Amino acid sequence: MSNTRILEEGKGKLWRTFKKNKTALVGTAIIIIVIAVAILAPWISPHDPLEQNMVHRLKPPDRTYPLGTDEYGRDVLSRVLWGTRVSLSVGILSILFGLVVGTAMGAVAGYKGAIVGSIIMRMVDVLLSFPVLISGILVVAILGPGMDKLILTMGIVFAPRFARLAYGPTLVVKEREYVDSARIIGVSNLRILTHYLFPNIFGGILVAGTLWVGTAILTEASLSFLGLGVSPPTPTWGNMIKSGIDRLTTAPWLSIFPGLSILTTVLAINMIGDGLRDITDPKLRI
Amino acid sequence: MSEELIFHGEHLLDVQRLKKFFPIKKGVFRRTVGWVQAVDGVSLHVDKGETLGLVGESGCGKSTTGKCILRLLEPTEGDILLEGKNISAINPSEMKQFRRKVQAVFQDPYSSLNPRMSVGNIVGEPFKVHDIHPSSDIRERVADLFKKVGLRPEYMSRYPHEFSGGQRQRIGIARSIALRPDLIIFDEPVSALDVSIQAQVINLLDDLKQEFKLSYLFIAHDLSVVEHVSDRIAVMYLGKIVEVAKDTELYSNPLHPYTRALLSAIPIPEPKQKKKRIILQGEVPSPINPPSGCRFHPRCSEAMKICKHEEPIMSAIDHHHQVSCFLYR
Repeated sequence: MSNTRILEEGKGKLWRTFKKNKTALVGTAIIIIVIAVAILAPWISPHDPLEQNMVHRLKPPDRTYPLGTDEYGRDVLSRVLWGTRVSLSVGILSILFGLVVGTAMGAVAGYKGAIVGSIIMRMVDVLLSFPVLISGILVVAILGPGMDKLILTMGIVFAPRFARLAYGPTLVVKEREYVDSARIIGVSNLRILTHYLFPNIFGGILVAGTLWVGTAILTEASLSFLGLGVSPPTPTWGNMIKSGIDRLTTAPWLSIFPGLSILTTVLAINMIGDGLRDITDPKLRI
Repeated sequence: MSEELIFHGEHLLDVQRLKKFFPIKKGVFRRTVGWVQAVDGVSLHVDKGETLGLVGESGCGKSTTGKCILRLLEPTEGDILLEGKNISAINPSEMKQFRRKVQAVFQDPYSSLNPRMSVGNIVGEPFKVHDIHPSSDIRERVADLFKKVGLRPEYMSRYPHEFSGGQRQRIGIARSIALRPDLIIFDEPVSALDVSIQAQVINLLDDLKQEFKLSYLFIAHDLSVVEHVSDRIAVMYLGKIVEVAKDTELYSNPLHPYTRALLSAIPIPEPKQKKKRIILQGEVPSPINPPSGCRFHPRCSEAMKICKHEEPIMSAIDHHHQVSCFLYR
């Protein structure tokens, strides 16, 4: 029957709308390039990122060192390219982890309400009262250093922020009549959370999440700086900015280029986030 | 009347002395300082194949009654029986059966459909949840339902915002009949619609009732709409039912002073005919602190001394007519 065909046509719709959304396309293109750089770093770097060359220390950009050298004579370009690996994976994975755990916490707290909700949200409030860095140090102290632990740590640090963000909209959405209608049909609580609440609170969380990727990349730097994350010789965008900051006036290339890398990445992820929010909203779909 | 429509013994739905109080909490420790007595001892029943209209002003507790019957709210007191079975003490698997038997359509067609689901999926959701048909079959079934409520099946892949209020209400109705329920509770199903659309939707409800042998509990504040659809009508005031009668009987012979005031407010399409309007004085009292005795006495034109001190009980005038008023003891 013709109905079947019409329903199936709807499936291609999402991809078609995505293609039409220029913002999301550009963002995706940039992120694909950044990921490619992370994977191809060993082959495209002109120098070894760890090789020290005291003769050429603190050189401004020139032909051999396109982005200059740092205080140990290491090539900044190579270090930026290699730094993509740590920064990108820590930034994206930790936020993803925090988003999933935090949103689940906030949505359950908001939907269940009463005592369960109060307990979850009071815990969230306690965690939120610590600055990102302090709670990061606390969790790393418990879990120990290492990149996988670092991702886990920052996920835990960001989870309460997502929980707070998910909680408010959940309170609004759960009072809508379509949630009551779902309960009357006999939809389970889990399905209400995944099919009714989450799609309707998703937009704001997604946008905030993409912005926090930048914060996560910088937090990684701070934690690493304190010896709690990735150990020093390994280049990350965060620790490059940190070590370059003292020479901002004399050798600005040390922190400008990793800074630009963070900026580009965060911007691209944010563009994808914005695009995704528009694409998943049926009202904005063409 | 066909054989299966004749009811044997029990009512389809029987609500007995239903009470729903909401706590008012104040202060840091969320101390309960009072109760909103939204529903205070409501008893009603719906027979198979019957439409019971439930009317009353905003805030009189008619929607709360509906929500208690739907188990969206936990009653404070009282029993709700479906086919003789008490639904307040049922286990999860019985709950699932209950969901198949009792469905609802809500007032606001703009918030009763999930904006992130295509309308085809919304109407097909009951099938999925109750695992009734294989997923390949669901589309066909949804298409059938769409036709039943007068929507084109081609619209299945669209989203709720692409429809008008009347169309959305039809989608809600299609969802409510998907499981072939026995009872559908309509909570002001047409009050958000244009008058011309109201008539269409009401006619649709009539047709569906005939076709699927449904019973309706029809909650509304518009008496002319209720008159059209109902077999019996219950009038509610401030959490209590004050009068129940067959529809013709209620309109031709209203007994309770409140019912009379309500009926006098229905406009009649006859400009020359002068009609005596009974205008009620004052506001509806607060259900937090309802008046003593008969709850209507502060606004009643025929209030007597006894009305202030004693609460009237429901008494039968005849087989089809009951009223709770001291005038008819």
